[in-house]
Amino acid sequence: MIGQLTKTERQYALLILLGLALCGLMFGIAGNHDPLGVHGALIGVAALVGIFKVISVYYDPEPGDERLNRYYDDPTKFGIILTMIWAVFGLLIGDWVAWLLVKPDFTLDAGWASFGRLRPVHTTSVLFGFGGNALIATSYYVLQRTSRARLADQLSPWFVLLGYNLFCVLAVTGYMMGITQSKEYAEPEWYADIWLLVVWVVYFTIYLRTLARRKEPHIYVANWYYMAFILVIAILHIVNNLAVPVSFGSAKSYSLFSGVQDAMTEWWYGHNAVAFFLTAGFLGMMYYFLPVRAGRPIYSYRMSIISFWGITFFYMWAGSHHLHYTALPQWVQTLGMTFSLMLLIPSWASAGNALLTLNGAWDKVRDDATLRFMMVAAVFYGITTFEGSFLAIRPVNSLSHYTDWTVGHVHAGALGWVAMITFGSIYAIVPWLWKTERMYSPRLVEVHFWLALAGAVVYVFAMWNSGIIQGLMWRTYNESGTLAYTFVDSLIAMHPYYIARAIGGLLFLIGAIIGAYNIWMTIRTGIRDVRDSATDMPSPMLGGTTVLESGE
Amino acid sequence: MFGLHYRLERKAIGLTLGIILVASIGGLVEIAPLFTIHQTVEDAPDMRVYTPLELAGRNIYIREGCYACHSQMIRTLRDEIERYGPYSLAVESKYDHPMLWGSKRTGPDLARIGDKYSDEWHVAHLNNPRDVLSVSVMPAYSWLLKTTLRTDDLGAHLKAQRTVGVPYTDEMIANASRDAYGQAAPESPYVDGVTQRYGKATNVRAFDGKPGELTEMDALVAYLQVLGHLTDAAHKSVTNAVR
Repeated sequence: MIGQLTKTERQYALLILLGLALCGLMFGIAGNHDPLGVHGALIGVAALVGIFKVISVYYDPEPGDERLNRYYDDPTKFGIILTMIWAVFGLLIGDWVAWLLVKPDFTLDAGWASFGRLRPVHTTSVLFGFGGNALIATSYYVLQRTSRARLADQLSPWFVLLGYNLFCVLAVTGYMMGITQSKEYAEPEWYADIWLLVVWVVYFTIYLRTLARRKEPHIYVANWYYMAFILVIAILHIVNNLAVPVSFGSAKSYSLFSGVQDAMTEWWYGHNAVAFFLTAGFLGMMYYFLPVRAGRPIYSYRMSIISFWGITFFYMWAGSHHLHYTALPQWVQTLGMTFSLMLLIPSWASAGNALLTLNGAWDKVRDDATLRFMMVAAVFYGITTFEGSFLAIRPVNSLSHYTDWTVGHVHAGALGWVAMITFGSIYAIVPWLWKTERMYSPRLVEVHFWLALAGAVVYVFAMWNSGIIQGLMWRTYNESGTLAYTFVDSLIAMHPYYIARAIGGLLFLIGAIIGAYNIWMTIRTGIRDVRDSATDMPSPMLGGTTVLESGE
Repeated sequence: MFGLHYRLERKAIGLTLGIILVASIGGLVEIAPLFTIHQTVEDAPDMRVYTPLELAGRNIYIREGCYACHSQMIRTLRDEIERYGPYSLAVESKYDHPMLWGSKRTGPDLARIGDKYSDEWHVAHLNNPRDVLSVSVMPAYSWLLKTTLRTDDLGAHLKAQRTVGVPYTDEMIANASRDAYGQAAPESPYVDGVTQRYGKATNVRAFDGKPGELTEMDALVAYLQVLGHLTDAAHKSVTNAVR
């Protein structure tokens, strides 16, 4: 794949990798009495492997100019494979820690294997490893097709994809060594954060440079969402991660903000990581793959405009609903609740737009598990956003907050919406990318669909039940006016639901493993059809007016 | 309006600026005033900073991910106040960089856990929670007792804390490592320095039951035992409300 790089790009790649190796060396030396030193070594080794790879193809003949007549899909292909690796790993760790809540001693007597350190490994692996790679890989693909332009160069997409995965590896290995900022979903420490920022800026320049070469006058709606995803995540990431490191040789840093200001910043970040990573990005995915797979145009252009700007504006106010009844001033809580309720309008406009797009294609939904993945994702998106607005109402939140209900809500979104739309999109994109007629086994896609749906439903119902029971037990008074249950009573009541949750997670994991196998076999054994189809060519082939072209 | 958008979506830079503008408003309105409105954080003249040992314990609490299952924020709800104590005030986490309010109670809230249980209970419980409570689902942290606490860089930690706004004095920074040792070694000559710099109310004892050794267990228990005791403000506000 690196053989496609031109001579100049190979030289730049070496330069970047040398710089990275130097950074690794510096951290390794400065942090030799600190866990930072291990990460310095890891960065150094990663850079050396890269240097070795580039040198091994350095004197290969350069690719011909005819490549410029085709879209550049190598990073997308690699990104899809990484997506599935992270999916299986992240879900495996998730289900592992779910079982730890059933049998807490079923673990090794070592820090790295403890629940507290593995939990962020799970969240980072699924959100940023699985979700992030899926977004990066599909965004390259969608950007080129909807702009009818090849990616601006060949090196920067690789830099973003591999650099982003280096960030994920630093994050996950860091938690196991005890390196964490403790800010939920922003746990990686200062040096990893700076690295991610560099990667992210390059990511956005790829977008701007490719859009500048587009042959379509309009920027397609999927790209609005991908752009909002990249831009707003950058803003959130910078502000929430402002911190002062203990020293250059220490992995530890102290957040610039404290107490109530820190809490508000953290949940402004946390809720909008949900909004712009897990919602906007994946809506971008949905707005491309669902209509293409269904063979129908998007139901309403105006609805997509309203929902896009509604989501971009309203979501940023909603974070304070994570802090109801806390020491956060009440005016901020009230604003958060109000905007969370208004958020339902653009959210349902998106979900409705997706489902109405399927009008006239419902027979395909019945027959095609890939499209059904996307349909169910849109349904879960509608359910979860309704639930989200509902839980943001202060009195409702007084019951649900701190309980498993929140966990259930998150997983309805993560399993039902994010993972389903991703699997649907991947099953659509894999045959297009590797030029096979269909997936290796459509039956296994069907099996994956039912396992995923069953797993998500079992998980979510278990957590709804446990959460509501917990919340009720904590606030129940007996006749003499004292609290009826101790905390331990509520803990004992959770046990059956924790088992059910772990089983639901297991079903979902098995589904993902089957999916990974199916994708791998499609890549390995697919009938290689070397002919380029219309969707491999950046120039307008038919002169048609439709922005979307089926990948088949 | 849709005509305007029809033109906007043809301009990549226009869309970029539009997104940044529209997305910035919410955060600016909700976060910026928290730094300027004085009433956001109550005044508490008796509020003290964490000792180096307590700070080291707090960092272990962070390292092990305790915040994922334990909140440190008692809400203004009757059942929470009766279960955990007076509701949490903003000032109580004024020196918490970052805050550890948490979002989930797989285990109980810890905002006022300090002094509720003995050191021996905490040590036994952290070593293996099932020894104390058979149905507990908390992980065992047996390595804390076996691991020596790293103290050589505590001065740098206090210095970084001062950079972000915690009022540590030069003297506190210079003596950070010694103070950490002294707080867990009641017989040592370093004790006076600890009480002189951090107040007479500071807990000085061998938290892990082993006076000769400074372990990570010492630090974590010292931190847990001070939770809810950095200021009396929360108790005062309840008394005032009753009056």
